[in-house]
Amino acid sequence: MLDLRQFDSLGAALGAALDRWPDEICLIEADRDRENARFTYRQFKEAALPLARAFEDAGLGAGSRAAILMTNQSKWLISAYAVFFRGGVLVPLDYKLTAAEQCALLAHSKAEFLVVEYHVWRALMQAEDSKTLAPRVTLVTEAPPGADLRGAQRWEEFRGAGEPTFVPRGRKDPACIVYSSGTGGRPKGCVLTHENYLEQCMAVAPVFPFWPGARYLSIIPTNHAIDFMGGFLMPFTGGGAVVHLRALRPEFIRDAFTRYKITYMAVVPLILKNLQQGLKEKFAALPRSKRRLLGALMTANRALTRRQPHLRLSRALLGDIHKAFGGGLRALLVGGAFTEPATIEFFHDLGIPIYNGYGCTEACTAITLNDLKPFRPDTVGKPVRGMEIQILAPDAEGVGEVAARSKTVMSHYLDDPEMTAETIVDGWLMTGDLGRVDAAGHLQLLGRKKNMIVTEEGKNIYPEDIETAFEGLPVKEFCIFAANYLWPARGMVGEKLVLVLHPEPGKIIPADIAARLGERNRRLPNYKRASGYLVWERDFPLTASLKIKRGELAGQIRQSLDREAVVPL
Amino acid sequence: MNTIETTTEEILQLAATHFKITRDKLHPDDDFFKTLGINSLQALGLLTRIEQHFHIELPDYELQGVSDFRTLAERIQSRL
Repeated sequence: MLDLRQFDSLGAALGAALDRWPDEICLIEADRDRENARFTYRQFKEAALPLARAFEDAGLGAGSRAAILMTNQSKWLISAYAVFFRGGVLVPLDYKLTAAEQCALLAHSKAEFLVVEYHVWRALMQAEDSKTLAPRVTLVTEAPPGADLRGAQRWEEFRGAGEPTFVPRGRKDPACIVYSSGTGGRPKGCVLTHENYLEQCMAVAPVFPFWPGARYLSIIPTNHAIDFMGGFLMPFTGGGAVVHLRALRPEFIRDAFTRYKITYMAVVPLILKNLQQGLKEKFAALPRSKRRLLGALMTANRALTRRQPHLRLSRALLGDIHKAFGGGLRALLVGGAFTEPATIEFFHDLGIPIYNGYGCTEACTAITLNDLKPFRPDTVGKPVRGMEIQILAPDAEGVGEVAARSKTVMSHYLDDPEMTAETIVDGWLMTGDLGRVDAAGHLQLLGRKKNMIVTEEGKNIYPEDIETAFEGLPVKEFCIFAANYLWPARGMVGEKLVLVLHPEPGKIIPADIAARLGERNRRLPNYKRASGYLVWERDFPLTASLKIKRGELAGQIRQSLDREAVVPL
Repeated sequence: MNTIETTTEEILQLAATHFKITRDKLHPDDDFFKTLGINSLQALGLLTRIEQHFHIELPDYELQGVSDFRTLAERIQSRL
């Protein structure tokens, strides 16, 4: 791995990597059983520099903001490096958001440059708000021949002649603006500096090292902090390679493990559970004698790897399982949301280490990481190198809000000093999560202080962001809460959203309300839907500016009703 | 030549087989996440079966924002 202390910016560090390992593979883009592209570090540089030159000619320089709106593919990383080379600030956006949400974030970020995949661009152009967007340059990748790009340019043709000029940046300069949430209301654009990223790489590298030949299968969208680290910065600064899949289906992911001898993959809990389910079904179909043998081998492996992983031993004991994962898998990293200990335990018993971690975009990914020495499925591990954590206002059981401090904590929220001041207090990042630290220094997460949920897909959902989907309901007023915010629970699995409906005076809630709410729910992605509603007969407490006092309302509901009052949708 | 009706029907049959459910439990306007009790990853698993059946390649993004069989059928029909 490069000694990242020597570098001041991502552009400088990545540039050094391209020169250090010119003949090693850094990037593979596969699509089903085909391979679209394969780059050595030298080829990657040769692809990126003419793009950087064209950016330079178009005026992209120090601090210019460039948004990327693409699925995981080679052009994502090539474009990102070209932006960093020119000293630009990258704004990675989620291609899975609706076009209206993407427009809102593009407008908020004030990105002057936009790199976007053709199908995403087409959807974006259909959104009403897209008319108000005015990036100076829009580059569309993979546009079909003859497509009318309405002033946008083809990424493939956007190349400049001659050497581009490298623009140096300082460690405290912004590198990226990453939106952690706030698509429907108040965008939370985390401004992350070059130092944040360089320090995060150094903090995670001891547990998660890369070397030439190590390969990371990138399936979490690259705009997500986890994949930006695991599927770009970490492998590149270690001489490893990233493998992209254009069709993210379970069967192609399975195939990629063996075809590309994958070393690491980061997943969200939903994917891990799907993998677990698939394996369990396969095991259940085995003849009884083989099932018993497998059970015995898993028990033996569990006992032998309790204190630390022994990959060679596990591969010898459970060879067939490891072969199905390509034979070179060192670990799966799980993050983005809380993972059930039973799922982690299942893979551990198979000798596939699961590095369970905890973090957030505001901390530039990881706050804690489980190094599996010893195996602890009940915690999210110890703070990563350089990270301090403290539990604020702990109760009798030592549970309180988790606060974190490190050089990886973001600079601020873009254009929102008020929210920044609430979130970073005296240098400490207030996570809004509740936890305790045990005698061994491991962090256990036990709930949330804030009104939000995190889904198994790793999506942070804030109730305020989805309320617009329910506007126009035949009620006087309504509000959405995380169920665990209304009724605090010691757990972070299966979190739900609940609609609170206050009927018009003298009226009752219409009999067909469930159907109406169901219809509204369907306009939302499946992970953003309300799972139930309750009827509240009193006026909502309001601020002077007529905003709902959510904390006060939650308190009133908590005192009068319990979870039984929720009607499932 | 498939009509939208036959395409929809074939997709319902494929979904029933893939998710091991009887065909008569599925309707074109069903929210398949709810009816089948599946998540987005499991829904993607159906796409490969659909591709093989119709001899087309269906990018993952075609399923984005789609939660009912009728809309899915329309997306596929446009590629036949």
